[in-house]
Amino acid sequence: MNAHAHPHTPVPDPGNSTLGYYEIMETAVRELLVAKRVIGADEIRRMLEVMDSRTPALGAKVVARAWVDPEFRARLLEKGRAAVGEFGIDLFENTELIVLQNTDKVHNLIVCTLCSCYPREVLGLPPDWYKLKPYRARAVKEPRAVLAEFGTVIPDDVEVRVSDSTSMVRYLVLPQRPPNTENFGEEQLASLVTRDAMIGVVKANTPEAKERTR
Amino acid sequence: MSAAKVLMTVVKPEGAEPIFKAGDSVRISKRFPIGHFRVPNYIRGKSGVVESVIKPAAVNNEEEGFGRNAGPKRHYYRIAIPLTELWPKYAGSVDDGLRIEVFETWLERS
Repeated sequence: MNAHAHPHTPVPDPGNSTLGYYEIMETAVRELLVAKRVIGADEIRRMLEVMDSRTPALGAKVVARAWVDPEFRARLLEKGRAAVGEFGIDLFENTELIVLQNTDKVHNLIVCTLCSCYPREVLGLPPDWYKLKPYRARAVKEPRAVLAEFGTVIPDDVEVRVSDSTSMVRYLVLPQRPPNTENFGEEQLASLVTRDAMIGVVKANTPEAKERTR
Repeated sequence: MSAAKVLMTVVKPEGAEPIFKAGDSVRISKRFPIGHFRVPNYIRGKSGVVESVIKPAAVNNEEEGFGRNAGPKRHYYRIAIPLTELWPKYAGSVDDGLRIEVFETWLERS
Protein backbone atom coordinates (compact mmCIF):
# COMPACT_ATOMS: atom_id res chain seq x y z
CA MET A 1 0.00 0.00 0.00
CA ASN A 2 1.24 3.47 -0.83
CA ALA A 3 1.75 6.16 1.74
CA HIS A 4 -1.41 7.96 0.56
CA ALA A 5 -3.55 4.89 1.30
CA HIS A 6 -4.92 3.57 -1.97
CA PRO A 7 -3.48 0.84 -4.19
CA HIS A 8 -1.63 1.50 -7.45
CA THR A 9 -1.02 -1.01 -10.22
CA PRO A 10 2.73 -1.43 -10.26
CA VAL A 11 4.33 0.07 -13.38
CA PRO A 12 6.31 -2.68 -15.12
CA ASP A 13 10.03 -2.00 -15.00
CA PRO A 14 11.60 -3.08 -18.31
CA GLY A 15 14.85 -3.62 -16.43
CA ASN A 16 13.20 -6.28 -14.30
CA SER A 17 11.55 -8.40 -17.01
CA THR A 18 12.69 -11.99 -17.29
CA LEU A 19 15.32 -12.55 -19.96
CA GLY A 20 14.50 -14.88 -22.82
CA TYR A 21 16.64 -17.79 -23.99
CA TYR A 22 18.38 -15.86 -26.77
CA GLU A 23 18.94 -12.78 -24.63
CA ILE A 24 20.72 -14.91 -22.05
CA MET A 25 22.74 -16.61 -24.78
CA GLU A 26 23.69 -13.25 -26.31
CA THR A 27 24.84 -11.93 -22.94
CA ALA A 28 26.84 -15.10 -22.23
CA VAL A 29 28.57 -15.08 -25.64
CA ARG A 30 29.28 -11.35 -25.42
CA GLU A 31 30.77 -11.64 -21.95
CA LEU A 32 32.86 -14.63 -23.02
CA LEU A 33 34.20 -12.80 -26.09
CA VAL A 34 35.15 -9.84 -23.94
CA ALA A 35 36.68 -12.03 -21.22
CA LYS A 36 38.73 -13.92 -23.84
CA ARG A 37 39.77 -10.59 -25.35
CA VAL A 38 38.38 -11.42 -28.80
CA ILE A 39 36.55 -8.09 -28.77
CA GLY A 40 36.59 -5.23 -26.31
CA ALA A 41 33.61 -3.81 -24.45
CA ASP A 42 34.43 -0.47 -26.05
CA GLU A 43 34.11 -1.94 -29.55
CA ILE A 44 30.55 -3.04 -28.76
CA ARG A 45 29.70 0.38 -27.38
CA ARG A 46 31.24 2.02 -30.44
CA MET A 47 29.20 -0.17 -32.81
CA LEU A 48 26.03 0.89 -30.97
CA GLU A 49 27.13 4.48 -31.43
CA VAL A 50 27.58 3.84 -35.18
CA MET A 51 24.08 2.34 -35.40
CA ASP A 52 22.50 5.15 -33.41
CA SER A 53 24.00 7.70 -35.80
CA ARG A 54 22.13 6.13 -38.74
CA THR A 55 18.59 7.42 -39.21
CA PRO A 56 16.08 7.78 -42.08
CA ALA A 57 17.19 11.41 -42.37
CA LEU A 58 20.27 10.13 -44.23
CA GLY A 59 18.18 8.21 -46.75
CA ALA A 60 15.91 11.24 -47.17
CA LYS A 61 18.93 13.41 -48.02
CA VAL A 62 20.02 10.90 -50.67
CA VAL A 63 16.52 10.77 -52.17
CA ALA A 64 16.15 14.56 -52.25
CA ARG A 65 19.51 14.91 -54.00
CA ALA A 66 18.44 12.31 -56.57
CA TRP A 67 15.28 14.32 -57.24
CA VAL A 68 17.11 17.56 -57.94
CA ASP A 69 20.29 16.25 -59.56
CA PRO A 70 19.76 13.92 -62.56
CA GLU A 71 23.47 13.08 -62.79
CA PHE A 72 23.55 12.01 -59.16
CA ARG A 73 20.37 10.01 -59.72
CA ALA A 74 22.02 8.17 -62.60
CA ARG A 75 25.05 7.35 -60.45
CA LEU A 76 22.80 6.26 -57.57
CA LEU A 77 20.83 3.86 -59.77
CA GLU A 78 23.99 2.55 -61.40
CA LYS A 79 26.12 2.01 -58.30
CA GLY A 80 24.25 2.69 -55.07
CA ARG A 81 27.13 1.95 -52.75
CA ALA A 82 29.50 4.39 -54.43
CA ALA A 83 26.84 7.10 -54.79
CA VAL A 84 25.84 7.17 -51.10
CA GLY A 85 29.57 7.14 -50.39
CA GLU A 86 29.63 10.66 -51.88
CA PHE A 87 27.69 11.71 -48.75
CA GLY A 88 30.25 10.03 -46.53
CA ILE A 89 27.77 7.21 -45.84
CA ASP A 90 29.78 4.00 -45.87
CA LEU A 91 28.11 0.61 -46.11
CA PHE A 92 29.21 -1.99 -43.60
CA GLU A 93 31.48 -4.78 -44.78
CA ASN A 94 30.88 -5.91 -48.37
CA THR A 95 27.22 -5.11 -48.70
CA GLU A 96 26.04 -3.67 -51.99
CA LEU A 97 23.23 -1.16 -52.30
CA ILE A 98 20.70 -1.40 -55.12
CA VAL A 99 18.47 1.66 -55.40
CA LEU A 100 15.05 0.93 -56.87
CA GLN A 101 13.34 3.75 -58.72
CA ASN A 102 9.57 4.06 -58.53
CA THR A 103 7.97 5.29 -61.74
CA ASP A 104 4.49 5.64 -63.22
CA LYS A 105 4.82 2.01 -64.31
CA VAL A 106 6.62 0.33 -61.38
CA HIS A 107 6.17 0.39 -57.62
CA ASN A 108 8.98 -1.17 -55.58
CA LEU A 109 8.72 -2.80 -52.17
CA ILE A 110 11.54 -4.27 -50.09
CA VAL A 111 11.52 -7.19 -47.67
CA CYS A 112 13.85 -9.76 -46.16
CA THR A 113 11.96 -13.05 -45.96
CA LEU A 114 14.82 -14.90 -44.25
CA CYS A 115 15.52 -12.45 -41.44
CA SER A 116 15.66 -8.66 -41.31
CA CYS A 117 18.24 -7.43 -43.85
CA TYR A 118 17.63 -3.72 -44.11
CA PRO A 119 19.61 -0.73 -45.41
CA ARG A 120 20.59 0.23 -41.85
CA GLU A 121 23.42 2.40 -43.11
CA VAL A 122 20.96 4.83 -44.69
CA LEU A 123 17.77 4.19 -42.67
CA GLY A 124 18.92 3.15 -39.19
CA LEU A 125 17.19 0.32 -37.37
CA PRO A 126 14.21 -1.35 -39.07
CA PRO A 127 10.68 -0.93 -37.69
CA ASP A 128 9.38 -3.91 -35.70
CA TRP A 129 6.80 -4.91 -38.32
CA TYR A 130 9.57 -5.25 -40.91
CA LYS A 131 11.19 -7.96 -38.77
CA LEU A 132 8.01 -9.87 -37.96
CA LYS A 133 6.80 -12.91 -39.88
CA PRO A 134 3.46 -11.59 -41.15
CA TYR A 135 5.14 -8.82 -43.17
CA ARG A 136 8.02 -11.04 -44.31
CA ALA A 137 5.72 -13.83 -45.50
CA ARG A 138 3.00 -11.71 -47.03
CA ALA A 139 5.15 -9.10 -48.82
CA VAL A 140 6.23 -11.69 -51.39
CA LYS A 141 2.89 -13.49 -51.58
CA GLU A 142 0.25 -10.75 -51.57
CA PRO A 143 2.13 -7.46 -51.81
CA ARG A 144 -0.90 -5.52 -53.02
CA ALA A 145 -2.92 -6.53 -49.96
CA VAL A 146 -0.01 -5.57 -47.67
CA LEU A 147 0.36 -2.21 -49.42
CA ALA A 148 -3.37 -1.56 -49.13
CA GLU A 149 -3.11 -2.09 -45.37
CA PHE A 150 -0.55 0.74 -45.34
CA GLY A 151 -3.07 2.85 -47.26
CA THR A 152 -1.22 2.46 -50.54
CA VAL A 153 -3.42 1.32 -53.38
CA ILE A 154 -1.48 0.50 -56.54
CA PRO A 155 -3.45 0.64 -59.82
CA ASP A 156 -3.62 -2.64 -61.78
CA ASP A 157 -1.59 -1.24 -64.67
CA VAL A 158 1.35 -0.48 -62.35
CA GLU A 159 3.72 -3.38 -61.77
CA VAL A 160 4.45 -4.24 -58.15
CA ARG A 161 8.07 -5.35 -57.85
CA VAL A 162 9.15 -6.93 -54.59
CA SER A 163 12.87 -7.17 -53.84
CA ASP A 164 13.78 -9.87 -51.31
CA SER A 165 17.12 -9.21 -49.64
CA THR A 166 18.78 -12.52 -48.81
CA SER A 167 22.49 -12.00 -48.66
CA MET A 168 24.91 -9.29 -49.71
CA VAL A 169 22.54 -6.75 -51.23
CA ARG A 170 20.55 -4.09 -49.43
CA TYR A 171 17.81 -2.16 -51.16
CA LEU A 172 16.55 1.40 -50.95
CA VAL A 173 13.43 2.61 -52.72
CA LEU A 174 13.69 5.91 -54.55
CA PRO A 175 10.11 7.20 -54.32
CA GLN A 176 8.56 9.43 -56.96
CA ARG A 177 8.89 13.14 -56.39
CA PRO A 178 5.50 14.42 -55.22
CA PRO A 179 3.56 16.89 -57.38
CA ASN A 180 3.56 20.61 -56.55
CA THR A 181 7.16 20.59 -55.33
CA GLU A 182 8.76 22.32 -58.32
CA ASN A 183 9.92 25.26 -56.21
CA PHE A 184 11.13 23.17 -53.29
CA GLY A 185 14.78 23.16 -52.28
CA GLU A 186 16.66 20.00 -51.32
CA GLU A 187 16.03 20.45 -47.58
CA GLN A 188 12.29 20.93 -48.06
CA LEU A 189 12.13 17.93 -50.37
CA ALA A 190 13.96 15.75 -47.86
CA SER A 191 11.31 16.58 -45.24
CA LEU A 192 8.72 14.84 -47.44
CA VAL A 193 10.66 11.55 -47.56
CA THR A 194 9.75 9.13 -44.79
CA ARG A 195 11.31 5.84 -43.73
CA ASP A 196 8.23 3.95 -44.97
CA ALA A 197 8.47 5.62 -48.39
CA MET A 198 12.03 4.32 -48.73
CA ILE A 199 10.87 0.79 -47.79
CA GLY A 200 8.16 1.21 -50.40
CA VAL A 201 5.06 0.68 -48.25
CA VAL A 202 3.90 4.26 -48.88
CA LYS A 203 4.66 7.08 -51.32
CA ALA A 204 6.57 10.20 -50.38
CA ASN A 205 4.42 12.78 -48.64
CA THR A 206 2.81 15.50 -50.67
CA PRO A 207 3.33 19.02 -49.26
CA GLU A 208 -0.43 19.10 -48.51
CA ALA A 209 -0.34 15.80 -46.58
CA LYS A 210 2.66 16.95 -44.59
CA GLU A 211 0.85 20.18 -43.67
CA ARG A 212 -2.12 18.16 -42.37
CA THR A 213 0.02 16.02 -40.05
CA ARG A 214 1.62 19.03 -38.36
CA MET B 1 54.87 -14.30 -78.58
CA SER B 2 54.14 -10.57 -78.35
CA ALA B 3 53.14 -9.03 -75.04
CA ALA B 4 49.59 -8.35 -76.27
CA LYS B 5 49.19 -11.96 -77.37
CA VAL B 6 50.45 -13.25 -74.05
CA LEU B 7 47.75 -11.27 -72.25
CA MET B 8 45.08 -12.74 -74.50
CA THR B 9 46.08 -16.26 -73.53
CA VAL B 10 45.61 -15.66 -69.80
CA VAL B 11 43.08 -18.16 -68.48
CA LYS B 12 40.89 -16.69 -65.76
CA PRO B 13 40.49 -18.69 -62.57
CA GLU B 14 37.30 -20.56 -61.73
CA GLY B 15 34.50 -18.18 -60.70
CA ALA B 16 36.23 -14.99 -61.89
CA GLU B 17 33.83 -14.49 -64.80
CA PRO B 18 30.07 -14.78 -64.32
CA ILE B 19 28.63 -17.93 -65.93
CA PHE B 20 25.23 -16.38 -66.63
CA LYS B 21 24.36 -13.07 -68.26
CA ALA B 22 21.36 -10.76 -68.25
CA GLY B 23 18.45 -12.31 -70.13
CA ASP B 24 19.39 -15.95 -69.45
CA SER B 25 16.55 -18.25 -68.40
CA VAL B 26 17.36 -20.08 -65.19
CA ARG B 27 15.81 -22.38 -62.64
CA ILE B 28 16.58 -22.30 -58.93
CA SER B 29 17.90 -25.71 -57.94
CA LYS B 30 16.45 -27.90 -55.22
CA ARG B 31 18.88 -29.09 -52.59
CA PHE B 32 18.50 -31.86 -50.07
CA PRO B 33 18.53 -31.97 -47.18
CA ILE B 34 16.94 -28.56 -46.76
CA GLY B 35 19.43 -26.70 -44.61
CA HIS B 36 20.41 -23.25 -43.49
CA PHE B 37 20.48 -21.80 -46.99
CA ARG B 38 20.37 -18.24 -48.26
CA VAL B 39 17.88 -19.40 -50.86
CA PRO B 40 14.39 -19.21 -49.34
CA ASN B 41 12.23 -22.31 -49.79
CA TYR B 42 9.54 -20.50 -51.75
CA ILE B 43 11.80 -20.08 -54.80
CA ARG B 44 13.14 -23.66 -54.90
CA GLY B 45 12.57 -25.20 -58.32
CA LYS B 46 11.04 -22.00 -59.72
CA SER B 47 11.97 -20.47 -63.07
CA GLY B 48 13.15 -16.94 -63.67
CA VAL B 49 15.34 -14.71 -65.78
CA VAL B 50 18.70 -13.16 -64.94
CA GLU B 51 18.15 -9.41 -64.69
CA SER B 52 21.75 -8.51 -63.90
CA VAL B 53 25.04 -9.77 -62.54
CA ILE B 54 25.79 -8.37 -59.09
CA LYS B 55 29.38 -7.23 -58.85
CA PRO B 56 31.88 -7.77 -57.40
CA ALA B 57 32.18 -11.55 -57.01
CA ALA B 58 31.48 -12.68 -53.46
CA VAL B 59 32.34 -15.48 -51.11
CA ASN B 60 29.96 -18.46 -50.91
CA ASN B 61 28.61 -17.55 -47.52
CA GLU B 62 26.69 -20.80 -47.04
CA GLU B 63 29.95 -22.75 -47.07
CA GLU B 64 31.69 -20.07 -45.05
CA GLY B 65 28.81 -20.06 -42.58
CA PHE B 66 29.45 -23.72 -41.81
CA GLY B 67 33.16 -23.08 -41.32
CA ARG B 68 34.09 -24.90 -44.53
CA ASN B 69 36.49 -23.69 -47.20
CA ALA B 70 34.22 -21.47 -49.27
CA GLY B 71 36.33 -21.92 -52.41
CA PRO B 72 36.74 -19.25 -55.08
CA LYS B 73 34.47 -16.23 -55.15
CA ARG B 74 31.54 -16.36 -57.55
CA HIS B 75 28.77 -14.02 -58.54
CA TYR B 76 25.35 -13.31 -57.21
CA TYR B 77 22.66 -12.61 -59.78
CA ARG B 78 19.58 -10.48 -59.54
CA ILE B 79 16.87 -12.90 -60.65
CA ALA B 80 13.40 -11.86 -61.81
CA ILE B 81 10.59 -14.31 -61.08
CA PRO B 82 6.92 -13.54 -61.89
CA LEU B 83 4.68 -13.74 -58.81
CA THR B 84 2.33 -15.95 -60.85
CA GLU B 85 5.22 -18.45 -61.18
CA LEU B 86 5.70 -18.47 -57.41
CA TRP B 87 2.03 -18.54 -56.48
CA PRO B 88 -0.26 -20.18 -59.05
CA LYS B 89 -3.30 -18.54 -57.43
CA TYR B 90 -1.72 -15.08 -57.34
CA ALA B 91 -4.52 -12.54 -57.52
CA GLY B 92 -2.64 -9.36 -58.56
CA SER B 93 -1.37 -8.26 -61.97
CA VAL B 94 0.46 -10.82 -64.14
CA ASP B 95 3.25 -8.25 -64.42
CA ASP B 96 3.94 -8.27 -60.66
CA GLY B 97 7.29 -9.81 -59.88
CA LEU B 98 9.94 -10.75 -57.39
CA ARG B 99 13.59 -9.75 -57.57
CA ILE B 100 16.01 -11.75 -55.49
CA GLU B 101 19.76 -12.25 -55.31
CA VAL B 102 20.83 -15.86 -55.87
CA PHE B 103 24.36 -17.26 -55.75
CA GLU B 104 25.73 -18.85 -58.93
CA THR B 105 25.89 -22.37 -57.47
CA TRP B 106 22.09 -22.40 -57.11
CA LEU B 107 21.26 -21.60 -60.72
CA GLU B 108 20.54 -24.12 -63.49
CA ARG B 109 20.02 -23.33 -67.15
CA SER B 110 16.47 -23.81 -68.28
